[in-house]
Amino acid sequence: MENKDFEAIFENKLAKNEMVEPKDWMPDNYRKHLLRQISQHAHSEIIGMLPEGNWISRAPSLRSKLVLLAKVQDEGGHGLYLYTAAESLGTSRDEMLDALQTGRAKYSSIFNYPTLSWADIGAVGWLVDGAAIMNQVMLQRTSYGPYARAMVRICKEESFHQRQGYEVMTHMAFGTPEQKEMAQDALNRWWFPTLMMFGPPDSESPNSENAIKWRIKRETNDQLRQRFVNQTVEQVQYLGLTIPDKNLKWNESKKGYDFSEPDWAEFKNVIKGNGPCNKERLDARNKAHNEGRWVREAAAAYGKKQMEQYAAA
Amino acid sequence: MTTQEALFKYTLRLGDCSIILAQRLCEWTSKGPFLEEDLALTNIALDIFGRGKSLLEYAARIEGKGRTEDTLAFFRSDRQFTNYLICEQENGDYAKTMIRQAMVDCFDLLLYSELTKSKDETLAGIAAKSVKEITYHKRHSFSWTDRFGNGTEESRTRAQKALNELWRFTGEFFEVEEADEILIKEGVAVDVKSFQNKWETELHALFEKANLTLPETVFMQTGGRKGIHTEHLAYLLAEMQALPRMYPDAKW
Amino acid sequence: MSDSQGPLWEVFVQKKAGQPFVHCGNLHAYDKEMALQNARDLYTRRGEGMALWVVPTAAIVASSPEDQGSFFEPSNDKVFRHPTFYPMPDVIKHM
Repeated sequence: MENKDFEAIFENKLAKNEMVEPKDWMPDNYRKHLLRQISQHAHSEIIGMLPEGNWISRAPSLRSKLVLLAKVQDEGGHGLYLYTAAESLGTSRDEMLDALQTGRAKYSSIFNYPTLSWADIGAVGWLVDGAAIMNQVMLQRTSYGPYARAMVRICKEESFHQRQGYEVMTHMAFGTPEQKEMAQDALNRWWFPTLMMFGPPDSESPNSENAIKWRIKRETNDQLRQRFVNQTVEQVQYLGLTIPDKNLKWNESKKGYDFSEPDWAEFKNVIKGNGPCNKERLDARNKAHNEGRWVREAAAAYGKKQMEQYAAA
Repeated sequence: MTTQEALFKYTLRLGDCSIILAQRLCEWTSKGPFLEEDLALTNIALDIFGRGKSLLEYAARIEGKGRTEDTLAFFRSDRQFTNYLICEQENGDYAKTMIRQAMVDCFDLLLYSELTKSKDETLAGIAAKSVKEITYHKRHSFSWTDRFGNGTEESRTRAQKALNELWRFTGEFFEVEEADEILIKEGVAVDVKSFQNKWETELHALFEKANLTLPETVFMQTGGRKGIHTEHLAYLLAEMQALPRMYPDAKW
Repeated sequence: MSDSQGPLWEVFVQKKAGQPFVHCGNLHAYDKEMALQNARDLYTRRGEGMALWVVPTAAIVASSPEDQGSFFEPSNDKVFRHPTFYPMPDVIKHM
């Protein structure tokens, strides 16, 4: 068959809402786009373990420690599902980790912000996971099979994360005056970075158009961001906290809230590597990787001997 | 010492051992040698925290003075913790963490298997759940010990060093104090002496398979039961207890 | 020795005894025991299964998309392989 025929089959699949599978023919740019998006997504889960992991040893009750531990572990599992989905496109995990650890690959800029108080653990679970879930729910219907299936699994597991975060926020917001102050402070610091998670405005999003065309994404950055704001306002009100945005106002004509744009200059700056914790996150990842090298080498040597014995038997 | 006091002491000690060990293990979360292993060790930490929480809940109930598992965990000083010294030792490298785990898992599996027969139904219940978990933990730590011993020269050297460092903390497993004696008579506590040989035999076999040798003459350290710890515990607690101690009125 | 994440494995989970083993994902592991343990820690954290298989991905032999027509379409017209192909007298209830 000609390339043209393959392309027709591919287009036809997308048109019929069918999934593209690893061994199917796909345009190079589609493969590249997916690989970039899935590996970024995987890296985000792995780096995302760090700001929350920062509080595991200091979780203030045994219950909250168990829950946080399980949650951070889930993030690791999600990173793993995503790495294997990306591997099905022909890039090894070694290559992806190398790209992450040398700073060539990107991950969600939100994880370059510090978790400064226990309320931040609430804010991360509630806002950051809430925003992530919005994206992930959409991605369950993405056009690439392994990615979609990983997302189905992830969404199922994520469902407790946002509630966990909100529960922490509830305890803080209805707790002592000091706790409430921590809760408001966390909301102040995480609100705009969370809005940035949906990516630049549609008018400036270079990859969005193809992503929609290929059904990798099914809604635009701005659509998702709007939906997030609409559903979060009520949750903030319940907590008796204030969203740090003077322009936040219900707009009857669009049946949604008007709100201020996040500071996109800051966004670009964090992506460029100048966020408050970019260096710490990469250093932590590299340290773990380097300190684990002898373990991996030992396991590989042991595995090799085992395979040789197995082959000889 | 009344039976109730003995039971409180005994349960508290089991709980302390679990909480402190799990607190150490979860320091690895997000820093493991590779992703799959990071998740595996976190699973183990979760099991052990869960067990510790149940045991401290029960201890608080036995004591009946209005304390909870959280006040026991977060508002006692190092002198009041009675965990074995081995639990609080720093993680070191992955070999040290796994060798420590192999020693503890081997002991815990024997201990909790016996404890399932306890006349105290709550302890027996916690033990029954724990035995399944520990069986898996032991399989995990034993296979890593084997991997390190039979992996590379570096991994064997590290494992041997860990064994040399940690062996001196294993004597505490088999100490018997007044509370134990009272409860052993009642059929509530486990007589650890009854399986000391078995523990030694299993570990000797593991180390032999892994080309590791036990240090020859070792003076066994002691003190955990009396709240006399190594210097590591106070630091561990300072971190673990920071928030509740800083905001004693807060509910989390 | 070169550093790597180890070979890739395929994981199959059996939900309940008697049911088929269903593919649920992949993982990296350096040996068989580790593959099995990792599969347990990764894919059965929420009580998803009662039994596990792990298979090195390298051992999988797969048909390719080009084979689709020649492999699978010929079976589409063999309607006589399906029980509904055979009309039964109304009085026969169980067959």
